[in-house]
Amino acid sequence: MGTSEDELRELMKAGLEGDAAAHRSLLDRLSRHLRAYYKNRLSQIGRSASEAEDLVQEALIAIHTRRHTYDPAAPFTPWAYAIARYKLVDHLRRTKASLADIPIEAAGEVTAREDHVDTESTIDLGRLMAQLPAKMRNAIQHVKLDGLSVAEAAIRGGISESAVKVSVHRGLKALSAAIGREKPS
Amino acid sequence: MKTNDLIDMLSANVEVIDRREVSRTIATAGAIGVLVAIVAVLVTLGGRTDLTDARALISLVGKLVFTLGIVMFALIFLGKYARPGGDRRTPLGLMALPFVAIGALALLSLLSAPSAHWESMIVSDRWHECVLSIPLIAIVPFALMMSAVRRAAPTHLTRAGALTGLVAGSISATAYALHCVDDSVPFVALWYGGTIALCTLAGAALGPRLLRW
Repeated sequence: MGTSEDELRELMKAGLEGDAAAHRSLLDRLSRHLRAYYKNRLSQIGRSASEAEDLVQEALIAIHTRRHTYDPAAPFTPWAYAIARYKLVDHLRRTKASLADIPIEAAGEVTAREDHVDTESTIDLGRLMAQLPAKMRNAIQHVKLDGLSVAEAAIRGGISESAVKVSVHRGLKALSAAIGREKPS
Repeated sequence: MKTNDLIDMLSANVEVIDRREVSRTIATAGAIGVLVAIVAVLVTLGGRTDLTDARALISLVGKLVFTLGIVMFALIFLGKYARPGGDRRTPLGLMALPFVAIGALALLSLLSAPSAHWESMIVSDRWHECVLSIPLIAIVPFALMMSAVRRAAPTHLTRAGALTGLVAGSISATAYALHCVDDSVPFVALWYGGTIALCTLAGAALGPRLLRW
């Protein structure tokens, strides 16, 4: 935990400075921790572990879009854990109705499948993207999916660079909100 | 969607983050809240006109120290509680200190006065104006602060909401002090302290709904 905290915190700080490789490495490592955390928690309360990957992705988006709320003077793990837990509680509240549908006996069955690492979630990015306003959708498509630089995306979209950045940021938040809304309630 | 694809997406063109953004957003909301509250008091109620009197001036300064002290104190706490996991580090009980302090001062001032004066020291004719004005004036600062705090992604919404209400209530009380001519310490302790506490409770109650992100 000690070394993991130090390493994750250094990656986080580098990512905040704009180091994309460090940010990728951070998200990659966090995704593994998050998967173990969510599978464990969901199985403890008799929920399907298949929900875990959705939660992993929701938490990753939240960690990314809320990066500015991390105080570099504070430890990193409690910050990330607080977001992970918040997303779990939020998920459980939104899907309360289906809690009763899953019998407690199913828990053993679910844990039996835990070693099978399934990295595909039920989140359909293409469909969610289609719900976004065109400006946000194009900005994310260009900058995040096609790998254009912000300057190139600005030229292609005919808008300023800061408008591209704002659209990407708002678009990711909107995606995160759309994922929440799609859940059965 | 595969998690790896998501990570690819999120780590493409990573932007530099301004690490002061949260503090600045909250401080800006607080400053605008103070301005709005002061303008509201001066326009609708009017400032006090007796400030050439040294005792009135000293009383005003005393009230401002109390209310602004709570604003500053609560903003420091909010800077932590507004962020994810910020609720782990700071003992919220410390926020009771200003209230305990003014309560003690109020008791001292009552004990040093004849009991026949107690009623007029605690309940003036204008207590109802104070009780109505402070929560009403707090509404705009409350909304501004809630919106700023929500952007900092708090994870303990009741506590973050309570602190937000506390800041809004004490900002409002600061502005109201510019109008109010009731200067006895027990009056301030009970009616200012009480209405600020009321705003805090409202914030705690509304936090889980208003601060969800």
